[in-house]
Amino acid sequence: MKTKKLIGFFFFLLLTGATISAFGQELQEKKESEEKFDASTFILEHIADSHEWHILTKENGDNVAIYLPVILYSKEKGLDVFSSKKLADGQEYLGYKLEEEGDLKDKIVSVNSEGIADEKNLPLDLSMTKAVMGMLFAAIIGLLLFISLARSYKKTGISHPKGIQSFLEPVILFVRDDIAIPNLGLHRYERYMPYLLTAFFFILINNLMGLIPVPPFGANVTGNIAVTFVLATFTFIITQFSGNKTYWKHIFAAPGVPFWLLPIMIPVEIIGLFSKPFALMIRLFANITAGHIIVLSLICLIFIFNSLSVAPVSIFFVIFMDFLELLVAFLQAYIFTLLSSLFIGMATPEHH
Amino acid sequence: MILLSSSLVTPGVGTIFWSALIFVLFLLILSKFAWKPILSAVKARDEMIKGSLESAAKAREDMLKLQSDNETILRKAREEREGILREAREVRDKMIAEAKGKASEEAEKLIEKARAGIESEKRKALSEIHMQVANLSVDIASMLLGEKLKQTGEQSKLIDNYLKEIDFNKN
Repeated sequence: MKTKKLIGFFFFLLLTGATISAFGQELQEKKESEEKFDASTFILEHIADSHEWHILTKENGDNVAIYLPVILYSKEKGLDVFSSKKLADGQEYLGYKLEEEGDLKDKIVSVNSEGIADEKNLPLDLSMTKAVMGMLFAAIIGLLLFISLARSYKKTGISHPKGIQSFLEPVILFVRDDIAIPNLGLHRYERYMPYLLTAFFFILINNLMGLIPVPPFGANVTGNIAVTFVLATFTFIITQFSGNKTYWKHIFAAPGVPFWLLPIMIPVEIIGLFSKPFALMIRLFANITAGHIIVLSLICLIFIFNSLSVAPVSIFFVIFMDFLELLVAFLQAYIFTLLSSLFIGMATPEHH
Repeated sequence: MILLSSSLVTPGVGTIFWSALIFVLFLLILSKFAWKPILSAVKARDEMIKGSLESAAKAREDMLKLQSDNETILRKAREEREGILREAREVRDKMIAEAKGKASEEAEKLIEKARAGIESEKRKALSEIHMQVANLSVDIASMLLGEKLKQTGEQSKLIDNYLKEIDFNKN
């Protein structure tokens, strides 16, 4: 056990070290050209989504990156699919350009023959960005993990759990016994189990992968507001579709409320309807993003002070933060699933 | 605020589209190929554990019931045995008492008979003795008198009277 823990810890240190050296090279280059280090830009670049998966910047300024597919649709030009390498370093391709400054930073704009960007009519950007690729990778890991788990259940039958089962089954049972059943009741929980389990593990795997700083991990998926928006929307849709008569009655004609109060109560209830998933979306996004910002800030300290002696302190705090983030990864997956089941449970009050 | 103004908080349409697609596919594939078999296996195991616990409790209950049944049967048997024994003892006692009664009765009868026999024999003997004694006395007397007394009824009557006066039973 002890040696395993030790190996895990060294692996962790190695990964952290690798990232820092990668950042270091990149920052060295930046520092030479700009002289003054801009921490906030650096951090935001690392948190934000991107059309390429940047790995490192060489000493001579060349970027090593995985170029992801760009998928664009505009009324005039139709559908275009090409590699983001064509747009690297501000190049124009097929009349498109990746903005590098201003309000439309990191957005793809159409340019006319004179090279002027059309800022009014942006093309519909359906590119498979870094977050999408990270998510896809997490989904593949999840599929492999759980389909093999299901296969092992077919093999072991009803005997005691073995191998990977003994690791994952308690988590599945936790979602069932401590999240689904208390909030949804014994009679209805089974209908929602697939969604709750999928949401829980989707968030958890993405959270954990976001903590590992080397590609193909490290994409900020659950810290991307579009992803949390989609997840919250699913909870919202499921809640509304499972809402029964009592639920809608409570919104549009809350029992025991005088009728003259209803004009106030109904808008309040409708706001409440949307504020719940909105809170879900913001909570997950903010927690994960905040964690990443803190880790990146601590690394930036080295370059702000421009001194290697700060590195040990930074590394120590980064390791501490990463452990905290590990907890947050589980906690946020738990909270999202718990609140989802709570909202669904509230929409289907049991008849007493 | 640099954070709020950036693209960080504006969800991208492409990312929304892809994450919805990936999540739905992830959900559908996992539901069919993972959650369904896993949850049913876990449920089957739970039910089996519950069922075996229940049947164990039932078996224990049955055993207790059987035990108490056995005990009642045993108690009944013991009671029955005691009853039979008691009855047997009674019968035996009765038989013994009866036999005893009969035997003593018989004995008494026998004794009575014997006594009666003895009595009659004694009487016979005594009368014989009477006769002998009378004859002897007559002989002796005749011898003593030297003459033969006439053998009349008065003489023998006299002898009888004398003899009767002598109580032989005294000897």
